[in-house]
Amino acid sequence: MSTAAAYLDEEDHGHHHKETFITKYVFSQDHKMISKQYLITGLFMGIIGIAMSLLFRMQLAWPEQPMGIMSALLGKWAPDGVMDPNVYLALVTIHGTIMVFFVLTAGLSGTFSNLLIPLQIGARDMASGLLNMISYWLFFISSVIMVASLFVEAGPAAAGWTIYPPLSALPQAQPGSGLGMTLWLVSMAIFIASSLLGSLNYIVTVLNLRTKGMTMSRLPLTIWAFFVTAIIGVVSFPVLLSAALLLIMDRSFGTSFFLSDIFIQGEVLHYQGGSPVLYEHLFWFLGHPEVYIVLLPALGITSEIIATNSRKPIFGYRAMVASILAIAFLSTIVWGHHMFISGMNPFLGSVFTFTTLLIAIPSAVKAFNYITTLWKGNLQLNPAMLFSIGLVSTFISGGLTGIILGDSTLDINVHDTYFVVAHFHLVMGISALYGLFAGVYHWFPKMFKRMMNKNLGYLHFWVTAICAYGVFFPMHFIGMAGLPRRYYTNTAFPYFDDLANINIVITVFALIAGAAQLVFLYNFIYSIFYGRPTEQNPWRSNTLEWTAPIEHIHGNWEGKIPEVHRWAYDYSKPGQEEDFVPQHIPLKEGEEELQH
Amino acid sequence: MTILLTITVLVLISISIWQITKIFELSQPKKVNTQVADDNDNQWNGQLMFAFLIFIYGITLFSFWRWGDVMLPSSSSEHGIEYDNLLWISFAIIFFTQTITQGLLHYFAYKYRGEKGKKALFYSDNDRLEAIWTIIPVFVLAGLILYGLYTWTDIMTVEENEEALVVELYAQQFNWKARYAGDDGVLGDANVRFLQDFEGKNLVGIDATDPNGFDDVVVQELHLPAGREVIFKMRSQDVLHSAYMPHFRAQMNCVPGMITEFAFTPTVTTEEIRQTDAMRAKVKKINKIRRENSEALLAKGEEPLEPYVFDYLLLCNKICGASHYNMQMKIIVETPQEFEKWMTDQQTFAEFIQ
Repeated sequence: MSTAAAYLDEEDHGHHHKETFITKYVFSQDHKMISKQYLITGLFMGIIGIAMSLLFRMQLAWPEQPMGIMSALLGKWAPDGVMDPNVYLALVTIHGTIMVFFVLTAGLSGTFSNLLIPLQIGARDMASGLLNMISYWLFFISSVIMVASLFVEAGPAAAGWTIYPPLSALPQAQPGSGLGMTLWLVSMAIFIASSLLGSLNYIVTVLNLRTKGMTMSRLPLTIWAFFVTAIIGVVSFPVLLSAALLLIMDRSFGTSFFLSDIFIQGEVLHYQGGSPVLYEHLFWFLGHPEVYIVLLPALGITSEIIATNSRKPIFGYRAMVASILAIAFLSTIVWGHHMFISGMNPFLGSVFTFTTLLIAIPSAVKAFNYITTLWKGNLQLNPAMLFSIGLVSTFISGGLTGIILGDSTLDINVHDTYFVVAHFHLVMGISALYGLFAGVYHWFPKMFKRMMNKNLGYLHFWVTAICAYGVFFPMHFIGMAGLPRRYYTNTAFPYFDDLANINIVITVFALIAGAAQLVFLYNFIYSIFYGRPTEQNPWRSNTLEWTAPIEHIHGNWEGKIPEVHRWAYDYSKPGQEEDFVPQHIPLKEGEEELQH
Repeated sequence: MTILLTITVLVLISISIWQITKIFELSQPKKVNTQVADDNDNQWNGQLMFAFLIFIYGITLFSFWRWGDVMLPSSSSEHGIEYDNLLWISFAIIFFTQTITQGLLHYFAYKYRGEKGKKALFYSDNDRLEAIWTIIPVFVLAGLILYGLYTWTDIMTVEENEEALVVELYAQQFNWKARYAGDDGVLGDANVRFLQDFEGKNLVGIDATDPNGFDDVVVQELHLPAGREVIFKMRSQDVLHSAYMPHFRAQMNCVPGMITEFAFTPTVTTEEIRQTDAMRAKVKKINKIRRENSEALLAKGEEPLEPYVFDYLLLCNKICGASHYNMQMKIIVETPQEFEKWMTDQQTFAEFIQ
């Protein structure tokens, strides 16, 4: 145990200072409150992001048809009820940005890293409560700026979530590259600062504040995932910051980092010697690890929930940790697979194909280990468990098509088509979203002291699960037909006329899926106030957070922090009365700790 | 289609109603409502897991049956044959793995659904098993990587040679132009600085001080001779674009400030591909849809749609602004004789700027 934890241990927590409304609910430094703040902000952003996707899905299904909802929501951006092409691009851009960064990075990782790191390792709080608070408020400010950019006269950023220059750099290139893009860049710069502060805190906390007996090899897989995610974030987010800063320079101060030889709107611009390919390298140096920043926490959450609800140890704990580390390492050297046909040297393409396909190996190990964990289990099919199983399913379905996209040769013809859209939505979008839902259902009692309604949870899962496949499975076919993504409509090409039906099917599934999220939202809000009060350990789980009192107290545990005597996965251990043995229970006489 | 959708919606609605009644039933005061799954929940959710497996298999088969024909026809370029082979091998591996793993996952979720009093098997490790499912992917992926890299090197190695036709693809918001090298087989130097020369007639910015440029031919429709290698040099004058020719399995970004390259040999002429059974069926289907749409348009008093005839396409596949969705150029693959004849009818740069 570190000295910091020992020092905290001696203090009498929870009683010695009064809290006002402001310090308790607004500028709170308590990790549990900050985690709730992250979750609620994330969900709010999620509503915006998903609503946008429904709007542009409707445009794709019924192009050129006036729709009342368009004029109601978009006003003059949808003249006569038909969405403007620039607005379409703006919607896909902001949808991508919000979902990837604001919902699945901050909303997912921010919520559960904050909630679970101190509680599961046995710490009083994060290493620095102040930095943690600043991290949330920076995230909040960046969310506000991103949402504010939606109300700019010329519209928000519209160059795709990757904002490749010169499109994003030149206000002449599209309306969204004016003030909207400036706000996007400012918002993201603040977001990155928030993410870095959060990540540093997570890393320091995991390394220094583990309770007595909580060795690294006894850490629950959730903590391993959050810890490694934070490391990836610290390594790669600064590179995106540099890309954003250089782009700001090009936009506002006339530098030529990414621009060269440009003629636009009847005018030769002065830029010389820059390269958009440089921007692509910088962007994807974060952009690809970002996929794992989104996915690893979801996989960590799933590992915990599948083990608990299978009443079985997670299969191959060491292999699971090793594969998290392998994925993290490989994720930083595969970014070039987004750039096979960007004009970079084809030899580089070969190297990136090699490293990219290697990622399939640890991913396959994880998938097989999850399946084996289910085998001969005693599965408690709670909503959280259903979402976790659903995650494994979409992770496999989406991951497998990565074999095609990661192969430089095959990427030539499917690059930037709907095949890619289907692939990444399944493997990281839906999977991570399922991770978020699983986490909310599972730890809701810990966060809000009440239980969510399970039947509404089941309804939410089954409708979402069917619709997720209904939306993204047919989408592969649109990609195999050769239709590029980010097309406002495919009616400009009679060749694609036979895709109209598929587009309608996809949109109908998407609308139903959107409606199913309202069930979740209702359940979430209703249960915060009127849910059934929880027991201390409702899922009969082994991890330390369930030894903390239901009532949230500053410092997490009354008196001493529990000591840890075993790993987190002693479920259904032979020779034990119960089918779970929490981590703080000492080994019985003669009982051996499993060599995992 | 509408019927199918209606059925789906009805099924989903009935599921919701069934669920909601369940909620009422379960919220009766007599029962202890813990919101933790009980045997009954495990039972029906386990069964739904099995049903969901059938749904996954079903939607796969259904999609192939219903929409299999929207996929691109087999390749019209030489390297595309290798591409298609690799693609179908990868697909075979994907479907095999998908069928087995989804099967196991959902079957286990059904088979081992919880019951009170049952105890799970304490089984935390098996090195041999894990070694097996590490090594099998290693071998499969090694094979795919080797095959992929071999094809990739083959496709991407562009060697300048006498026989090849050199064509510049020139991208701007929101159209394409093509420039042929002319009799000397060399493209004249070009830069966006020269675009305003000759009262805007210098469409792709050819440098008038370079004698190689005068016999260059700039056109708005891409003609290619079958059976001859074409080396494309891509340029863009404003933002990123991507020259995507799906029927030839060809794509390369157009980057302002640099020249990118891609080469392929078209093998099937436009006329030939129009006569294939697959293409005839596809065009027939598209025209049926267009006729139906035309009737609706006529009813509104608007112009009907033109009947569709197949042509190869060059599309922009990198987001480039408002009309990205309509940045296209027609590609015509013809016999070398037809191509030469067409070429002699075109104006050279020197003629055009007169």
